[in-house]
Amino acid sequence: MVSLLDIIGPVMVGPSSSHTAGACRLGLLARGLVSGTPQSALIELHGSFARTGEGHGTDKAIVAGLLGFRPDDERIRTAIQIAEQEGLDYKFEKTTLSDSSHPNTVRITVERGEIQATLVGSSLGAGRVLVTEIDGYPVEVTGNFHTIALVAEDRKGSIARITRILADQDINIATLRVSRKQKGGDAFMVIECDEAPGEGVRDELRALDWVRWARRLDKVSGA
Amino acid sequence: MYRSLLEAIRDAEKRGMSLSQVALDLESKDQGRSIDDIRASLARALVVMRGAIGDGMTGDLRSASGLVGGDAAKLRTGPDGPLANTPFRDILARALAVQEVNAAMGVIVAAPTAGGAGTLPAVLTGLAKARGLSDEKLVDALATAGLIGAVIAERASLSGAEGGCQAETGAGAAMAAGSATEMLGGTPSQAGHAVALTMQGMLGLVCDPLGGLVELPCVFRNATGAAIALAGIEMALAGITFAIPCDEVIDVMGEIGREMDVRYRETAGGGLAATPTGRKLAKERLYQIRRS
Repeated sequence: MVSLLDIIGPVMVGPSSSHTAGACRLGLLARGLVSGTPQSALIELHGSFARTGEGHGTDKAIVAGLLGFRPDDERIRTAIQIAEQEGLDYKFEKTTLSDSSHPNTVRITVERGEIQATLVGSSLGAGRVLVTEIDGYPVEVTGNFHTIALVAEDRKGSIARITRILADQDINIATLRVSRKQKGGDAFMVIECDEAPGEGVRDELRALDWVRWARRLDKVSGA
Repeated sequence: MYRSLLEAIRDAEKRGMSLSQVALDLESKDQGRSIDDIRASLARALVVMRGAIGDGMTGDLRSASGLVGGDAAKLRTGPDGPLANTPFRDILARALAVQEVNAAMGVIVAAPTAGGAGTLPAVLTGLAKARGLSDEKLVDALATAGLIGAVIAERASLSGAEGGCQAETGAGAAMAAGSATEMLGGTPSQAGHAVALTMQGMLGLVCDPLGGLVELPCVFRNATGAAIALAGIEMALAGITFAIPCDEVIDVMGEIGREMDVRYRETAGGGLAATPTGRKLAKERLYQIRRS
């Protein structure tokens, strides 16, 4: 659903909503996976991101997102220098992901302490982004909501249990998508929430022995 | 939001409301936010738009490559042309100003996108200043512009990489034309004709920036987009109608974009980017950016 404020916005540092603002949001989403500024980041640029990224400040914008700066933060201009001061060890590479990838796609692998995470995301234009893969699992995360992505064994009552954990924490579910490859195989869930789930929620989900993997992603766009 | 501008126009006529009112009403329902809250967000966007116009008018900014900057100031202080002392010339300057700020990594409102961010604020604030209209009216106009942009996003595209420049500055010009027509007292139906009259003049426009950078010709396309929007507004307010309905003109923009060769969709493979001078400048300037 398109919002008026997606069209009259975002307020952002130029020059390109897809190459700068969208890139910054993908950096922010990657940062969220490790809950803070990563110590190291491998940023692999595909397609137009690789070809025209430098002139659009795509490099600065992704690093700015990893540092926690939002698309309207003028520090984006000097993000590379700030990253060096803050000890964020980043590396850019040009790559070719699959032919079906959107032209503005990046794979970001981040590490912070013991945690490592990888996302693949695309910048769709007008600052909108879509994360299509986290740690190798296919997802669809827009960053318009606080989001939980998880993989669980396909068993009866799993959705009820998970939604109960969220309800107990006073978190309202905006959208919930469940998919599985086959009956009895892994069930994949993407839950978009109106309120931010705390780390407690994530830990409670991870403590369920039938949940194989769970990640929390911050809301990075929208009102 | 509406997926059809004609549907929004019919809705507005039936309820005796403006397009801005039906847009705000539906946005409020869609997003669960109060109309006052949405208007406050649009008012903040207006502040940023004015800030960018002010910064760009100083003439001190240069883009990363140095290819663009300083031209908005020339329209303010340079020799007179046939449009001297008209809102038209002021609007051209405002459009250049926003895009010069954008190219210099300054703060702008991407409306609809960063590359097409100059036309809408230039036309709206320039006309509001010329007519002495309130900020209240400008906020209404931004809501109408958002509605038109949302319809274009749904039916066609707002991305130069997908649909060429017609999807960015073309959309910006159509949004400016429809919203300004209503702001100046036009009916919802006249606003729809302003959109159609403006978009028909932007159809087929390719996205061919030098080196793939949002600089040249993007800065100037926003000014010429504003000129076409002003033509659309003037014709619509005079009672001129366009025989092809606005939704269908938007649809055909999407169709042309899908058929457009990839060289003309932001890849710097064709158009001005691929001219001998375009290639030479891009090579020199990209080398300079890498060294800086």
